[in-house]
Amino acid sequence: MSKKLSISKAIGEALHEEMARDERVIILGEDMGKMGNVFGITVGFQQEFGEHRVYDTPISESGFCGMSVGAAMRGLRPVVELMYDDFIMVAADPILNQAAKMRYMTGGQATVPMVLRLPMGAGRRNAGQHSQCLENVFCHTPGLKVVAPSTAEDAKGLLKSAVRDDDPVIFMEHKLLYAKKEDLPEGEYTIPLGVADVKKEGTDITIITWSREVYFALEAAEELAKEGVNVEVLDLRTLVPLDWDAIVKSVSKTHNVIVVSEEVKRGSYAGEISAQIAEELFDELDAPVERVCGLNIVSPFSPTLEDENFPHPADIVKAVKKVLNK
Amino acid sequence: MAKKKYSKEMLMDLYRTMFRIRAFETRAAECFTKGMLAGNIHLCIGQEAVASGACYALDKDDYMATTHRGHGHTIAKGGELNKMLAELFGKKTGYCNGKGGSMHIADVEGLHHLGANGIVGAGIPIATGSALASKILGDKQVTLCFFGDSASNQGTFHEAINMAAAWKLPVVFLCENNQYGVSTNIHSVTNTDTIAVRAKGYDIPGKTVDGNDPVVVYEAVKEAVDFARAGNGPSIVECVTYRHQGHYCGDPAMYRPAEYMEHAHHDDAIPNMRARLLDEKIATEEELVAVEAQVAADMEAAFEFAVNSEYPDPSEATTDVYSSDNERSVVR
Repeated sequence: MSKKLSISKAIGEALHEEMARDERVIILGEDMGKMGNVFGITVGFQQEFGEHRVYDTPISESGFCGMSVGAAMRGLRPVVELMYDDFIMVAADPILNQAAKMRYMTGGQATVPMVLRLPMGAGRRNAGQHSQCLENVFCHTPGLKVVAPSTAEDAKGLLKSAVRDDDPVIFMEHKLLYAKKEDLPEGEYTIPLGVADVKKEGTDITIITWSREVYFALEAAEELAKEGVNVEVLDLRTLVPLDWDAIVKSVSKTHNVIVVSEEVKRGSYAGEISAQIAEELFDELDAPVERVCGLNIVSPFSPTLEDENFPHPADIVKAVKKVLNK
Repeated sequence: MAKKKYSKEMLMDLYRTMFRIRAFETRAAECFTKGMLAGNIHLCIGQEAVASGACYALDKDDYMATTHRGHGHTIAKGGELNKMLAELFGKKTGYCNGKGGSMHIADVEGLHHLGANGIVGAGIPIATGSALASKILGDKQVTLCFFGDSASNQGTFHEAINMAAAWKLPVVFLCENNQYGVSTNIHSVTNTDTIAVRAKGYDIPGKTVDGNDPVVVYEAVKEAVDFARAGNGPSIVECVTYRHQGHYCGDPAMYRPAEYMEHAHHDDAIPNMRARLLDEKIATEEELVAVEAQVAADMEAAFEFAVNSEYPDPSEATTDVYSSDNERSVVR
């Protein structure tokens, strides 16, 4: 049995189920209560669960992220939203210096079971401070787990696991996927963190990707199939912990790889994955790993400019052909 | 001056705690000078009255968050000298198994100590979050949040106190005003005479008291703790005191005028309280010597414990980063 839901509704359903299941789960963030979130994810939650569990915070990202660290250390399970990924720079200390490090610095004593939900990504003409993909910042920081789902089914199952996880989890949601309606299973289910998913099987080349670019990779795969190229699309879903076994399995089969993400290319997590493959799977490769990412620029506003700043299916097709020398 | 008469037991406890803190800090400084300790050691010599008076106002199960200059607060909350000094030595037997050092001592489950913090002002929202948890859990615990005068100029001060006030959270914001942020005098970067005056901006109680008298500190903090526990929300208690040493071990503190140290010595809580206990015939010389000798013996034992403890095995560098899936998350 399955049902059709938008990805934002699937995320809302995960939160709703977890709040009903565990009263330690609380929600904090700007406009999460009365309004029910700018993307409508928590509509009705405050009325149902009460003001003591769903907080409309003031515009104090550093303050309420820091408070979530303290509340989590005391056994609550805060799910916090920054309205846009980019706002992490205002709340860098509580997340990168406090939440991420607390367990290690205290010799394993402190547990910070919080989830930070981050709407991210380009394509909505949100310009320079509301459009970034900052996976590299979070993946670079030891102590954080990082999740970036692409489908409604994955988003729901992974978010439920993230809420139940005892580590701080960064949950990256692409804004342009929110409205996408997809099939997902009826009833409760979870998907474990750290398990990648083959979204399309293939034999000629592996496209490693996550979040919105999964759809572009699938579109590219369709294009390439017309030319006889059989592409495998590996959706990482979780970036930390990385499902290395899935990468090894796929690369050992296809012997060609491109890594696709929306990040700024320089210093990207896509680059990190590429480096790890080059270091450890060199003998499996028929060609160097190619990265297909955004440009090394500030997110632009104008459509003609912004559209240059994230990989489109055509860019992926081009990169595949380059790697396969076609 | 203190308002009420207090029991001999309480006054002796306050004196003992202050003496323990100074003994610990003095020994830590000695070890640092001898090259036995490394890293950043921020001493609170001169500030002992704040720690001992404030923590005396807490119930055992109340929570506390402190700062980079947090040894005194930890001792006053009941911290063991052995495990503290071992942590400063980077030994496996320390509070954080040697992973945190001086600036990250915590004992979350045991002492309800949410940790020192290496980032100035970062503990303020963490303590406020603990108070939010208490309010949600309905456990009636208060969280005491220590921070320095300089942290009051961080954004976190405003953000956290604003939310604590708006949501009436059970937290006491204790500003330990030693008047210096490293070399910068608070009055050269702040337009108000006190930090506590800012409480008006949040419509919460605020008070500035002599931070060199543990009984005065106790009274002010107790009032704020009771206020918070009764569900009335946060207060700011500012305790004005002196930092006898530089910002960290090894800082000669040449930037302070001579008068600062003259005042510091004149107002030094430990000799002053000792004299008062004798003058007011609360304790005899023998009783005080016995307290001091016991502290010295405890300190000696802590030193032996720290020196003789093992360092963590190098393989432990990669443990405790994550609570689950640690190995896989650390490798890649």
